[in-house]
Amino acid sequence: MSAAVPAAAQAAERSEPAAQPAGRKLLTVEHLTMRFGGLLAIDDVSFEAYDRQITGIIGPNGAGKTTVFNCLTGFYKPTAGRLTVHHGDSRQFLERMEGFRIAKDARIARTFQNIRLFPAMSVLENLIVAQHNHLMRASGYSVFGILGLRRYRTAERAAIGKARYWLDKIGLVAQADVPAGSLPYGAQRRLEIARAMCIDPRLLCLDEPAAGLNPTESHELNQLLISIRDEQNIGVLLIEHDMSVVMRISDHIVVLDYGRKIADGSPETVRTDPNVIRAYLGEEEDKQLPDVVKRDLPEVTRE
Amino acid sequence: MTGFVDTIAREPKSLVGRIAKDAIITGIIVFILGSQLVGIETIDDPQGLRFETRYLDVLAAVLIVAGGRAGLHLLRAAIAWPVLIGSVVFSAIAIGSTFNEGWQLLPFSNPIVDWIFAMAGVFLAIRSVVVLIRGRAPAGKPTSTMDMISAQTQRFSPYAALAMIGFALLLPVLFPERRVVDMGILVLTYCMLGWGLNVVVGLAGLLDLGYVAFYAVGAYSYALFAHYFDWSFWACLPLAGAMAAFFGLILGFPVLRLRGDYLAIVTLGFGEMIRVILINWWWFTGGPDGIRDIPRPTFFGLAFEKTAAEGVATFHSVFGPILDIEFEPLHRIIYLYYIILLLSMIVCAFTLRLRRLPIGRAWEALREDETACRALGINPRNTKLTAFAIGAMIGGFGGAFFATRQGFISPESFTFIESAVILAIVVLGGLGSQLGVVLAAAILIGLPEIFRELADFRMLAFGAGMVLIMIWRPRGFLAHRDPTVLLHGKKAQRAGPRAMASEGAG
Repeated sequence: MSAAVPAAAQAAERSEPAAQPAGRKLLTVEHLTMRFGGLLAIDDVSFEAYDRQITGIIGPNGAGKTTVFNCLTGFYKPTAGRLTVHHGDSRQFLERMEGFRIAKDARIARTFQNIRLFPAMSVLENLIVAQHNHLMRASGYSVFGILGLRRYRTAERAAIGKARYWLDKIGLVAQADVPAGSLPYGAQRRLEIARAMCIDPRLLCLDEPAAGLNPTESHELNQLLISIRDEQNIGVLLIEHDMSVVMRISDHIVVLDYGRKIADGSPETVRTDPNVIRAYLGEEEDKQLPDVVKRDLPEVTRE
Repeated sequence: MTGFVDTIAREPKSLVGRIAKDAIITGIIVFILGSQLVGIETIDDPQGLRFETRYLDVLAAVLIVAGGRAGLHLLRAAIAWPVLIGSVVFSAIAIGSTFNEGWQLLPFSNPIVDWIFAMAGVFLAIRSVVVLIRGRAPAGKPTSTMDMISAQTQRFSPYAALAMIGFALLLPVLFPERRVVDMGILVLTYCMLGWGLNVVVGLAGLLDLGYVAFYAVGAYSYALFAHYFDWSFWACLPLAGAMAAFFGLILGFPVLRLRGDYLAIVTLGFGEMIRVILINWWWFTGGPDGIRDIPRPTFFGLAFEKTAAEGVATFHSVFGPILDIEFEPLHRIIYLYYIILLLSMIVCAFTLRLRRLPIGRAWEALREDETACRALGINPRNTKLTAFAIGAMIGGFGGAFFATRQGFISPESFTFIESAVILAIVVLGGLGSQLGVVLAAAILIGLPEIFRELADFRMLAFGAGMVLIMIWRPRGFLAHRDPTVLLHGKKAQRAGPRAMASEGAG
């Protein structure tokens, strides 16, 4: 699949500094546990994410990656654990916050595995809705807006300017006024990332952004993510199945399997970690079997 | 008998033969069904129930269905001229015999049957004209044409709105008749209610089947304040709005977590609750007897009455000498008309403006995807509650106006059917479309008033119209959404979003 990506571009991507100078600590996850009835979806997972770093979360299907995201962004209340966001010296605890406040106050933005745009609204409107809280204040909670005061109009122009900046970055300026639902799939993915960026996040959580993209689009996505990390100075948390994406752009990878963290480190260390290899490729058959079965195996299969 | 069946079963060679066969079969089916449904009428006699036969009506049904089907098939085969001539002649005869007593060409006793004949003829005639103009069967792309029309309408809506406002302003001058002005008041009231409900249903996407509750709260707020404290209409109008908004919040809180059908059921129950409370709290609200003698609105303290109470001047005694007018009861109606015109224009401007504000965009975003809204830091609770409160407030204004116009209110005016009519106006007009609401209000409220003689068939026509709209325009007459903010301006938009999209994709 990487054959379709221009070789030169691939080389350029590799030559980028693999590990950015890590910024301050942004997010600490401690002993995160999530239980759905009898199912232990996440079991005592702890990791950290930093400013100006892309932290990848990988793992086989059903490993609990999206559940971690849902806990982080307030869609689930974790059964146990502490999720701390560091604001310089002050801290916020995500597990205690109401869902929408995580985006509003803690400034954690997310995208969804199955794209969730506002399909009937135009591309530009999607980006303006993301600046809702800022615009709401500027419009005096609609009072100034109804009166048409200049203060609100200036704020709206600024919001359009910001939206335009992101449209430029994802290459959708020409389609700004068409309904978001009419965009092609890849463009919708990029728009969702741009929309998340419009809330001015400190941490951007991306849930499988490369799913369903062709190699060219996936390459563009990598460029976008790297530029977000380097130019916006924010942290990125990335769930991804596509190993080529994760290994190429992550600064730091957390591997989950059956809800447990099995590895944590730079792409190189994770790639060679025996636990990770076992989780992805499985192990030899007889290693998994209990001793009793293993003892009887030759007899049973004799025939 | 077998010979007949064989003849029927054989596939005729020629096109006309096939069509005729199809029409005959349809006619037979209609005869079988209609001989029981239409042909027998039960009559409640003092001696007991008996029935009468209506052979002619069955014959009419068979003729209409068989002829209509043959006509449609002919049109599909692009044989338009005979259909056009036939249908025009037919509808001319039918219309003629409804209006002209002495010119009875059709043998039917019931004028309704003549009407149905005429409608069927007109429908076929329109279809055949369409076929003739396009030169082919209209089965091609009817929806896209309609979409284009609604997009075009949306584009010209500023001009259409100006023309409509001009017409509305001049209406009492052009037609100084009580009937016309009364109808204008009614249509405008429903426009206003439609715009209010549009905020909740069209923008925020919260299906509210109990909107009439807020209408009732507004009406009763004014009536009770006037009854117990003698407050005037103008003092009570904001109060009625505030009360209704408060009730909107009361309804809003428990239903925050509900969506779709569940929300609709709860709002339906809320609407009934308010009505039942109004009936049973008899010592305060007057119960089923309602409240009478609600004061009329005054014009800066001047009453529209022949002889006003002590200390109150009347409009004609002050303005009579200046404008050279006598007292006339119509003046009060016209004054009411201008009040509701002003109110509805304010509501229209207000809701249009809200849609372009962050709160309006948040409503629409909430309608599209609540989960995504939460991930963007939009507070779904407050956003929903504002939608409920603002929609309810507009309903409350409408209710206060209703109370002052009627002078008498009782819980009977606030039944579920009112909610249904307002919702129908919003849905038929096209969710979220201001102009669509006006169109639908004019059709739903105006037409039944014009066709008063056919009152028995009102609900039938209402249902049929709903079904047709749901088939042809499932998103309403003018369901075309214009973005609230444009990056490239209107011109680029007109040049065609299609062109822009392809340019970007290339």
